[in-house]
Amino acid sequence: MRWHGFPGSSTGCETRPVRVLVAMSGGVDSSVAAALLVAAHGAEHVVGATLKLWGGDSDSGCCSVADVDDARRVADQLGIVHHVFNFSADFEAHVVDPYVAGHAAGRTPNPCIECNRHLKFDRLLDRAADLGFDAVATGHHARVTQDVDGTWRLLRGADAAKDQSYVLAMLGQEQLSRSVFPVGSMAKADVRSTAARLGLRTAAKPDSQDVCFIRSDTGRAGFLGDRVPLHAGRLIDHDTGADLGEVTAVELVTVGQRRGMGHGTDGRRRFVTSVDVPARRVTIGPPEVSYASALSLHTVAWVDGAPTVADAVFGALAQCSAHGVPVACTVRTGVDGLEVAFVEPQRRVAPGQTVALYDPARPDAVIGSGVVR
Amino acid sequence: MVSVTPVDGFRAYLDHAATTPLRPEALEAMLPLLGEGFANPSGAHAESRRARIALDDARDLVAELLGAEPGEVVLTSGGTEADDLAVNGGWDAVAGERPDGPPPAVVCAAMEHHAVLRACRSLAARTGAELREVPSTPDGRIDLDALADACRDDVGLVSVMAVNNEVGTVQPLDEVARIVADGAPGAVLHTDAVQAVPWLDVGRTTGPAALVSISGHKFGGPKGSGALVVRAGVRVRPRLDGGGQERGRRSGTPNVAGAVATAAALAATVDGRTEDVARVTALRDRLADGLLASVPGAVETGARAHRVAGILHLRVPGVESEAAVVLLDEAGVAASAGAACSSGAVEPSHVLEAMGLDRREASSGLRFSLGVTTTGQDVDHALARVPGVVDRLRN
Repeated sequence: MRWHGFPGSSTGCETRPVRVLVAMSGGVDSSVAAALLVAAHGAEHVVGATLKLWGGDSDSGCCSVADVDDARRVADQLGIVHHVFNFSADFEAHVVDPYVAGHAAGRTPNPCIECNRHLKFDRLLDRAADLGFDAVATGHHARVTQDVDGTWRLLRGADAAKDQSYVLAMLGQEQLSRSVFPVGSMAKADVRSTAARLGLRTAAKPDSQDVCFIRSDTGRAGFLGDRVPLHAGRLIDHDTGADLGEVTAVELVTVGQRRGMGHGTDGRRRFVTSVDVPARRVTIGPPEVSYASALSLHTVAWVDGAPTVADAVFGALAQCSAHGVPVACTVRTGVDGLEVAFVEPQRRVAPGQTVALYDPARPDAVIGSGVVR
Repeated sequence: MVSVTPVDGFRAYLDHAATTPLRPEALEAMLPLLGEGFANPSGAHAESRRARIALDDARDLVAELLGAEPGEVVLTSGGTEADDLAVNGGWDAVAGERPDGPPPAVVCAAMEHHAVLRACRSLAARTGAELREVPSTPDGRIDLDALADACRDDVGLVSVMAVNNEVGTVQPLDEVARIVADGAPGAVLHTDAVQAVPWLDVGRTTGPAALVSISGHKFGGPKGSGALVVRAGVRVRPRLDGGGQERGRRSGTPNVAGAVATAAALAATVDGRTEDVARVTALRDRLADGLLASVPGAVETGARAHRVAGILHLRVPGVESEAAVVLLDEAGVAASAGAACSSGAVEPSHVLEAMGLDRREASSGLRFSLGVTTTGQDVDHALARVPGVVDRLRN
């Protein structure tokens, strides 16, 4: 099914009433998203849902009872029905367990992306369809538009500093056709002022920053240490192979990491160039060896389907982290993934991280994404 | 001014195991205590004496209807507090008598309500006492062989519910008491009888238990009022210290209006129970038979012969109960997926898992619970709406 006229959509006018399920995290963005949908469609066509994703300890993000309370009270204020869906088993299976396993293998997964892939835009979309909703809305800063030929496009949010298209770059046509991002065309400051004008209790709530299931006091080390054995390892010089000392836990080190790696005898900073968990070895080097001219992606997703020709080669802009600068590259499709060749060498990206690809002819538009091998 | 949002259209309220509407008798009984009878019953003046008489009358009535003595009734803020006082306070008293050796072990049914289950777990964590959670048989009754294995000399407290809140199965308390007396003669036996009161003669069925919890709002009383029966000679260490009310077992100014209303609701419940059980059983059976006939694959949990009148629990393969209750709500049927946590999310049912069902089965459960105000129209409405909801979720 397709429809038009959501806030943020650039196409057409409203053609029929739609029922939208808005995912409400208890934050300001999704609160305003819900308010905009109510204004556009009427409270009777909008239902809020908060996902209970994590049953363990946490103090931030989407998982706490306090956040559920905020979401429910905003829903009450807007006059919409609010539900809580318990997806904690799926979250553990698709986000937390792979996160732990990834680190145990020396990779650095992005749990927010896996949550979007498996929970918000799979499990929740299915649940919404089951319950008779036409679409799911979230508070992400990204835009969905439709070309005249009917193709859905995923575009960067209007507020460049808050753009979240990177964490949504796994969405395809089917998902985009049923996804709505009402605040994607707004500046964050306008989102907050709208919330304040409407008197929403979340208006001044701080943005969530960290991984939602990890407590700030014990951190990633505490979380992983409770679940997998962490191993001390040796710090090795990339150029000379010299043993430079000990790292307390190889599993907590990320390729590209600079923090804690100190400076070389040349006075320049050192970066992690590789992490080898089985060998208990972390290799570091000066800036020039921390760059790579190519990388390989698996778990590839396309906004508008894969190229129809085998071994297609095309130019793209690659963004390697949530707020990274997009850089020119050439992409070659292969049988089990993508090969990305950068025009200029780029800082190494840790295995498990996601690279989002954008269209050079339309730099706001996502082409697709993949996970670094 | 707090308002209650009106609900449009005909609705069948089939969630009486969660809570019941206040009985008119209870409302009528409590209003004077919220007005001119406001006083603290512990004072030395006429106002207090009036409240004291109301409280003592309520306690006498509750005791009589539960087959207990007035001095055995400890008024609490509800079922959870009664369970907490029984588990923690009961265990503490036993442990205090056994200062030497390891902390006494605790035994409970794995299908206990969280008020008991989590109290036992936190007790074990707090004291180092071993906790033995006894599984259920597939028909939803405690596994008596496993109970016998768990009941050994080292046990200080055993808690087995009278009626399960999710599936409605009546537990064999007489046999439980025999097993405890044989295997763990020094143990105190507690039973959470919260779901038993509307349907069973609680005085008789809970007779063998030393500690019995009830909750007013499950039988037409107000929320925030319950009781723990502490049989003569049984000790509980108080969980709330203060003014020493309830003979030192539960400090805090008594909720006089709540107690009076609870007593009135209990009296009305006992008075009408024989007829209500017969009538509600017939309604429940009609609902069950109708849904089993109209919902392909649906399975009724627990044998009817071992269930209280008000509860029908179905497992509907291929249907997630969390989604089903949302659609049932939209269709005007208030039902439950089982246990809900404080946020409102549906938790996988530990009761069904205790019966040996896997997680998928345990997330396909739907509970329809009837009460004394349930009518044939409610059942007709559910029969008309439930099959369509299931169809929609399966397609």
